[in-house]
Amino acid sequence: MSNLLDLLLAGLATGAIYAIVAVGFTLLWQTSQTINFAQGEFVMLPAFLVLAAMHAGAPFWFAILIGMLLSLLLLGLGFKMLLVDPMLRHGVLPLAIATMALAIGIKEAVKQFFSAEASPFPSVVPAGDIQVFGHAVSLQSLGVLALAILAVVGLTAFLNRTSIGHQMQAAAQNPTVARIIGVPVERMILLTFLINAFLVVLASLLITPIYLAKFSSGEVLGQAAFIAAIVGGFNQVRGAIVGGLLIGIVDNLAAAYVSTQYRAAVPLILLIVIVLFRPQGILGRAEERTI
Amino acid sequence: MTGMAKYWRIALGAIVIAGLIAVPLNFNRYGLFILSQWAVMTIAAMGLNLTLGYAGQVSLAQGAFVGIGAYAAAIMTSQGMPLISALGVAVVVCFAVGWILGYPALRVQHHYLAFVTLAFSTLAFLVFRNEDWLTKGIYGISNIPRPNIFGFATNRPLPFYYFCLGSLGIVSAMLWWLIRSPWGRAFQALRENPIRALSLGIDTRRYTLMAFAIGSALGGVAGTLYAPLTQYVDPVPFNLSLSLDLLMMVIVGGAGFFFGPFLGAAIAVLLPEWLRFTQGYYLMLYAIAVILLLIYSPTGILGILDRHLAERRTKTASALRAVAESRLGTAP
Repeated sequence: MSNLLDLLLAGLATGAIYAIVAVGFTLLWQTSQTINFAQGEFVMLPAFLVLAAMHAGAPFWFAILIGMLLSLLLLGLGFKMLLVDPMLRHGVLPLAIATMALAIGIKEAVKQFFSAEASPFPSVVPAGDIQVFGHAVSLQSLGVLALAILAVVGLTAFLNRTSIGHQMQAAAQNPTVARIIGVPVERMILLTFLINAFLVVLASLLITPIYLAKFSSGEVLGQAAFIAAIVGGFNQVRGAIVGGLLIGIVDNLAAAYVSTQYRAAVPLILLIVIVLFRPQGILGRAEERTI
Repeated sequence: MTGMAKYWRIALGAIVIAGLIAVPLNFNRYGLFILSQWAVMTIAAMGLNLTLGYAGQVSLAQGAFVGIGAYAAAIMTSQGMPLISALGVAVVVCFAVGWILGYPALRVQHHYLAFVTLAFSTLAFLVFRNEDWLTKGIYGISNIPRPNIFGFATNRPLPFYYFCLGSLGIVSAMLWWLIRSPWGRAFQALRENPIRALSLGIDTRRYTLMAFAIGSALGGVAGTLYAPLTQYVDPVPFNLSLSLDLLMMVIVGGAGFFFGPFLGAAIAVLLPEWLRFTQGYYLMLYAIAVILLLIYSPTGILGILDRHLAERRTKTASALRAVAESRLGTAP
């Protein structure tokens, strides 16, 4: 029983990180029809930026700040202006292919300029266990979960409670009408890209201490976020959160109770079942066919 | 005018084919390996081009079908069975799996099929890796024999290259015929406007599945050539990145153009080799080149050519029109 609780908590912690990445993914899709195949690499890169800053002698907190600024600049502004803007008018597919190429580029750049080996990464939450009702609970899992929940609640509040949040939703749902009622749609789209950059940095800081910083670590993470976004509902922020948590838990339980060899298969089968029987996702609205 | 263009095209094709046969005669082992790899990847990319370029369905599982073909060839030929029987098994299995996998495509829009096929691709990789009794797991199957074609052994690199090139020729001819057949026209109708295709009496369900299944079967054909080419098969080459690479080949070459996969595969297989002098940077440069190309021309390399030809055609047409008008104007 206690084993199950541990598994659930660990699953929720990784699931919360998947949820953060998946939320960024759905935000980009909603505001600018960008299927970002490099989302996993976007999570991998900030950890290396922070490591590079620390290598140059910056203390940890300052390195995080530098990593955050560089990520906002590169993965937010740069990604939008240099890749998405010139390609968006050509439709979904060429842009998706370009992000695949971008994923290769980022991976190779990290391998070439940093290292092909896995490097340890300092944790933002303290390690160790605490006793809850006489039961040892990993402090790291709790800390990750708390920070992730904080981020998701904060983002949801921002989207639903503030004027800018409402404007962003309007820009995502119907750009033409939003423009007519005076929403600066272009600026809102840029804001989404910056929020996505912020979310991937956060995910990077939370997950890298657990799985080490490695150039190839984005592949697994990107796929998990992908599956989370679809299982939950591609066009809903809420859906991405539910999908992320679900995939995290299913993944951890599958490793313990199904088989370690096929643990990766269980979320995939879940994905196929969802697409077959409820393609709009658990919480999503059905997308109208555009013909 | 158009007759001349046709002759030019036939002449160009003849030169390219002659070049592909004659130039590698004094290539070394590695050069021939790379060229054979190009031929194999072109077959796989042609299958994907049928699915994506002609029928408009995005598949991220072509690499898995190449894997299925490669394992079929590896397992069966190392048991002493001829390659042609492995080819039959690979084609049938890939066609059937493609048909079943195509069902989600009937229910949902393009990007969902991409995700289902992505999931399938990873599942196939897990099976290759974990089912030791069949695939020998991570150790892989080695010493795969190369076939005898009409009594000619293809153990040496040059005959095997000609074998790959010949297979590519046969597949191209079949696909050329398929695209010009009523089926091919139905596939294109499906891509351009599914509802109109339906109202013209095309069974869109069947043709969508058909396009996907034939494309997948061609992936299997490429796989059965891949196994004797490398003579060693393990799960790593058939992970998701092969599917992504194949998709990139089709888009970079030009999706929906018959010769797109030839160019795309040439770039994906040969460009990294030419960039090898840059050492560790070559994949990075390749990625940047692909991004720049797609920004400049989202329809790929043949898209650029097509655009220029279309411009020239309109220019000639408007020039002819101007001449005709001036004649009309001066006519009494």
